[in-house]
Amino acid sequence: MKPQSNESGVRRNPPYVRPMAGWWTRNPFFVRYMVREVTAVAVWIYALVLTFGVVRLSQGEAAWNGWLDAMKSPASIVLHLVLLLGMVLHVHSWFEIMPKTMAPIIVGGERVSAERIQRTGWTVAVVVTVLALALAVWSQS
Amino acid sequence: MKKRSNAPFFWLMFGAGGMLSALLGTALVFITGLATPLGMVLKPDFMAYGRMMAFAHNFIGKGFVFVVIALFAWHAAHRIFHSLHDVGIHNGTVAKLLCYGSALVMTVVAAYSLLRIGF
Repeated sequence: MKPQSNESGVRRNPPYVRPMAGWWTRNPFFVRYMVREVTAVAVWIYALVLTFGVVRLSQGEAAWNGWLDAMKSPASIVLHLVLLLGMVLHVHSWFEIMPKTMAPIIVGGERVSAERIQRTGWTVAVVVTVLALALAVWSQS
Repeated sequence: MKKRSNAPFFWLMFGAGGMLSALLGTALVFITGLATPLGMVLKPDFMAYGRMMAFAHNFIGKGFVFVVIALFAWHAAHRIFHSLHDVGIHNGTVAKLLCYGSALVMTVVAAYSLLRIGF
C-alpha cells in the first residue's frame, strides 16, 4: 500500500491490519475447529435432502420414485459418503465438547471425568446406530 | 418489563438437534443415502413408495420424520450462524434471517407435506 498524507501533510504508512483470510489454515488447532464447524453444513444439507424427500413423497408415487432415482445418482452417492464422514466427525466433536457444555455430574463426591462422559457418549451413539440398522434390516425380513 | 431473550429457544433446538444427529445421523445417512440406493445391507425396495407411505401415515413414523428434519435443520442453522464470523461474514440481521429462516422453511415445508400425506 502507498503511504498516505494526513491533514497535517505528514506522510504516514496506513495502519497495519492483520490479514484474516485463511486464518484457520495457520494452526492445526484452528483446522480442527473449522472441520468441526463444517460438520454443521453436513447436517444442514441432510435436513434439506430429507425435506425434499418428504415433499416428493406427499406428491405421489411418481414424484417419490423420482427422488429415489436421484438418490441413486453417482453425485448423490458421493454426497452421502461426504455426509456420512461429516456425521461421524459430528459424533466425535459433539461428545468431545460435551464435558464442557453440560453441568458437572457429581457421583460419590467426585466429578465424573471428561473421558468417561466422552466414552459413554460414543458407546450410546454406537448402540443407537447398531439398533437403528438392525431395526431397518429386521423390518424387511 | 424487560424483553425476554429468545436465545434459550435457539439454544434448546441446537442442543436437542445436536444430540439427535450425533446419535442417529450416521445411521440415517447410511440407510437413506447409501444402503438403500446401492441395495447393500438393505434391499433396494427398503424405501419403496408403499413402505414409506405406511411409515409416514403411522403416527410415530410421521413424528419421527418431522422431528429429525426440524431438529437437524435448527441445530445446523444455529451453528452455521455462529460460525459465519469466523469466515469473514458479518453475523447481522440478514445472516440471522437466512440461517434461522432456512430452518423455519424446512420445518414448515416438512410439516405441511406430512399433514398432506394424512393420517
